[in-house]
Amino acid sequence: MKTAWYKTAAFYAFVAFIIVQAVFPFYYAIITSFKSGAALFEITYLPTSFSLENYQQVLFGGNGTFLQNLWNSLWVASITVILALFLAVTAAYSLSRVKFKGRGLLLMTILAVSMFPQVAVLAGLFQVIQSMGIYNTDWSLIFSYMIFTLPFTVWVLTTFMRDLPIELEEAAIVDGASPWVIITKIFMPLMWPALVTTGLLAFISAWNEYLFALTFTASNNAARTVPVGIALLSGSTDHEIPWGLIMAASVIVTIPLVVLVLIFQRKIVSGLTAGGVKG
Amino acid sequence: MSTITEQPQAPERNQLMAGRQRAAWLFLTPMLIVLALVAAYPLFLTIWYSFTDASLVHLKDAQWIGFKNYFRSFTTDSGKTVYGGVLMDKAWWGAVWNTVRFGAVSVFLETVLGLAVALVLNANFKGRGLVRAAILIPWAIPTVVSAKLWGWMLNDQLGIINRLFMDLGLIHQKIAWAADADYSMIAVVAVDTWKTLPFMALLILAGLQQVPGDVYEAASIDGVHPVKVFWKVTLPLIRPALMVAVIFRLLDALRIFDLVYILTPNSSQTKTMSVIARENLFDFDKFAYGSAESTILFLFLLILVTLYVKLGRVNLAGGN
Repeated sequence: MKTAWYKTAAFYAFVAFIIVQAVFPFYYAIITSFKSGAALFEITYLPTSFSLENYQQVLFGGNGTFLQNLWNSLWVASITVILALFLAVTAAYSLSRVKFKGRGLLLMTILAVSMFPQVAVLAGLFQVIQSMGIYNTDWSLIFSYMIFTLPFTVWVLTTFMRDLPIELEEAAIVDGASPWVIITKIFMPLMWPALVTTGLLAFISAWNEYLFALTFTASNNAARTVPVGIALLSGSTDHEIPWGLIMAASVIVTIPLVVLVLIFQRKIVSGLTAGGVKG
Repeated sequence: MSTITEQPQAPERNQLMAGRQRAAWLFLTPMLIVLALVAAYPLFLTIWYSFTDASLVHLKDAQWIGFKNYFRSFTTDSGKTVYGGVLMDKAWWGAVWNTVRFGAVSVFLETVLGLAVALVLNANFKGRGLVRAAILIPWAIPTVVSAKLWGWMLNDQLGIINRLFMDLGLIHQKIAWAADADYSMIAVVAVDTWKTLPFMALLILAGLQQVPGDVYEAASIDGVHPVKVFWKVTLPLIRPALMVAVIFRLLDALRIFDLVYILTPNSSQTKTMSVIARENLFDFDKFAYGSAESTILFLFLLILVTLYVKLGRVNLAGGN
């Protein structure tokens, strides 16, 4: 059966539309970021000028807080991921390989935490963070980010571990291996792909988080992360929004993510579906 | 000899099981403590604050005042009864309406468009990998960045969207999409749909790929019209995946904060429950009042999920 040519054409037109709508805004951010001065006020579909002025100013101009923000984001997201993975690996082993009373209930509770509206814990977290003495520091973010990274990593790693062959473990038990040995010596080597994927997804969500960062670090310039830094860039001038600077900052913050996402595309899709469809 | 050692005796096996269960709880404890500290206890505190007169600077000496943040009434000297509290607050109900409206429209659009994109990605064509990679880009862009970027593109004077729509003859004068009360909700829905379409499409695609190919072959041999196949075969088969994807998106949409807060600041047409709660908590020095609003949002989502899972017979745990 041959498909009519106009059906094929319509199909590819739709495909083209999907690509253009997905890519165009980021492309537009890039071409805007290279414009400066009067060029910013000319609306063009294609790049017209190439100036690095915005990048220079956002990175090294002013008081250099943007570089500090970048570093904060990198630090907060990295430590968050390491802690979440560390706590999640052993928990996932228990939840996937050991039968015990209340396991189902526990899994549902963890799932429920991942569905929490962040604002519902905001007031309480503020008090907890204040009494821990970490308000306005990066630790307030690393701590609070556990609320979304931990349930997610536990869920995905539990799904992944459940699918590992039972024979491996049985052989180890017969040989007298303890659960700790089973995790570190037998499962860990098999889990690298899953750890990289969940780690990456947790990293992205920590890198992008805004509400907690705004609430717990916004009043301390030195502790801000990049989303807060970019959101506050507009506030620096009252009458004119520095679009060129904002776009340059946006491109800097986004490029590493886009590169990572394109490299790990297939793994990310499987991680998203494991975290989404199954929890 | 060897057959005996390979099969542990019953008491030995029980001992082994007990040991494994002890280890399991030991492994779970650190994770559970952290979750209790970042989720359970703060949630409890928020609910508690909602029954107090707490303010941002006086958190420690907050006094219990009962339901007064939710509802209160008093009679003035002239004999007039005045009502107060979140439940009588017009601004709050406006935010509830905005949240529900935003959630319903954006999740509907994301589901329909996500299904369309997923069907395209499920078809066999050259460059499918490229399209799949391309659609991930909006998802990879941080929400704050997308809000700023679209704020720039939707700008009334300098924005490319107005220029594009005028070039295409869709509009005849420039529109302040994010600032104009009539259009700000459209802008927020459009940007959110753009941003979360990849997530929806990929979840639905995962469901589509579970559908066995011979179902389609059989339908094709029987000469069933593709549209009928879609409604009668594809849709029922992907229903479980679709139901889970929808509830996740819906919960995300109903707690939306950053996009609204940055793209349309100060617009009462788009202010959502999360936005208004945070404003009261930290900007307007009405900590207890904001806590009450947060508590209502939490209860609202809790009831919604429970109903959805029960009525829709959704298996969130995925086969376990």
